[in-house]
Amino acid sequence: MISRNFIVLACTTLLLSACAPQDKQTITLSGSSTIAPLMVEIGKRFETQHPDVRVDVQAGGTSRGIQDARSGLAAIGMVSRSLNADERELTPYTIAQDGIAMIVHASNPLAGISSEQVVALYTGKLNDWADLGGAAGQVVKVHKAEGRSTLELFLKHFKLGNPAVHPDLVIGDNQQGIKTVAGNPQAIGYVSIGTAEYEVKLGAPIKLLALDGQPASTAALLAGKYPLSRDLNLVVKGEPDANTRALLAFAQSSEVADLVEQHAFIPAP
Amino acid sequence: MSSSTPLSLRHNLDRLLRAASLGCALTAAVVLLLILVFLTQASWPLLQQPASLLGTTWQPSSGQFGLQAMLGASLLSSVLALLLAVPAGLLVSIWLIFYAPAPVARVYGAMLGLMASIPSVIYGLWGLVVLVPLIGAWVPPGASLLAAGIVLALMILPLLMVQADVTLRESARRHMPAALSLGVSPWSAIRRVLLPAAWPRLWPAILLQLGRALGETMAVLMVAGNVVQWPGSPFAPVRTLTANIALEMSYATGPHLDALYLSGWLLLVLALLLMALARIYGSRT
Repeated sequence: MISRNFIVLACTTLLLSACAPQDKQTITLSGSSTIAPLMVEIGKRFETQHPDVRVDVQAGGTSRGIQDARSGLAAIGMVSRSLNADERELTPYTIAQDGIAMIVHASNPLAGISSEQVVALYTGKLNDWADLGGAAGQVVKVHKAEGRSTLELFLKHFKLGNPAVHPDLVIGDNQQGIKTVAGNPQAIGYVSIGTAEYEVKLGAPIKLLALDGQPASTAALLAGKYPLSRDLNLVVKGEPDANTRALLAFAQSSEVADLVEQHAFIPAP
Repeated sequence: MSSSTPLSLRHNLDRLLRAASLGCALTAAVVLLLILVFLTQASWPLLQQPASLLGTTWQPSSGQFGLQAMLGASLLSSVLALLLAVPAGLLVSIWLIFYAPAPVARVYGAMLGLMASIPSVIYGLWGLVVLVPLIGAWVPPGASLLAAGIVLALMILPLLMVQADVTLRESARRHMPAALSLGVSPWSAIRRVLLPAAWPRLWPAILLQLGRALGETMAVLMVAGNVVQWPGSPFAPVRTLTANIALEMSYATGPHLDALYLSGWLLLVLALLLMALARIYGSRT
């Protein structure tokens, strides 16, 4: 820990010394890699309106975002879930919503799946597509690696402990998940709805399964019907300064709604 | 340098070159040492409880950091790659030197150089979109120890062949005419004289490639399946130490992060041991 803090300190010092002549304020954001690409775009637009501010975005996962916002290493933490009970000292600002869709290969005859079936599949009680009403064949279960908020939400929603899950494949990010399922007619996985819809539009051979009778789409998410959804939050500790407040308000405003939609999320209400 | 340069100046230049080369050599050594010190320091808290690290369970969220299965997967996939690549590489090198028509050998040699410079992630991508579905149609899920071994074998094959080519040619220049003049057939000469004579210098090349296979990250991450377990068969998915670091590093904090540093430390120590072995074998010739 000490050594990591030391590296961060050394890098920050280097970065700060590089910025010194321009006399700009730097707002540092760190956390969820789901939110990071969106905040980079929002930050760029914010910088054009506030030339005296630099927005620095670093992706590193939701837990990193919480930790850095707490320790003050980042002014704003990016957290792609609701805050837990022991994180009350942080104030959340919801900028968008996202959901998680169960996906299969486009050639799979299945159109929907129930929560019980998902649990039975991932705990190894069901192993054959025939048990779900598909063509016979072994189910290849695609799971996410430790630390991703997609994984946390998946486990929390289906009330699963990670040791109980017996996957056939473990992947890192959404893209890798989509490529894996697109390349394997036997596979089932779960990814961000926005990303999955975007890839389907680009022609990826995958299909979003309805969950408990609710179709997985941004439209259903917007109507509040889809069960497996999450808030994308920016979190701060204590009272932020004027420029940080301005950035928070800007990220929630309708001025960036087009960017939020471009990244296939739903703008905050 | 012309002989008209004053002797003293020549000595000065010599000294300058000596100082510069010494400086560079020291920097390289110090950087390696610093990495080793940093990794040892970062993984120190966990190194003091070796029992927990030898377990097979990797559940960072519940504080279980067993590296055994991943260390096993790293070693198994690399050894599998060597088993596939070494015999094939040697046979192709022998064919190139003794049997292939000269123009074919020249084109093939150039192609090898090209193959050696392909980034490993390309092999990984090919593995993901071609190899994994092929194996998956045979025995699901496809992403497996076998896929990792094949992709690693393809990755190390070109450099292995380049090194084998140099060694075998040298060996052939020295021993082949004598062996042939004794009336031995070319194949027996290759098998009984050439390969045994070249072996002490092939061995370090093989160890170097083993080091590369152990350290490969992206290509393996894409095709190995990344499930932490001892594989029951070549078709079972595995997660190597390097893939684990790449998958979890940016998401880890606290003891979880220490455990990842420790995997890095383990890899570095393994690599250093391999290099030392290669050195020892190399110096015996």
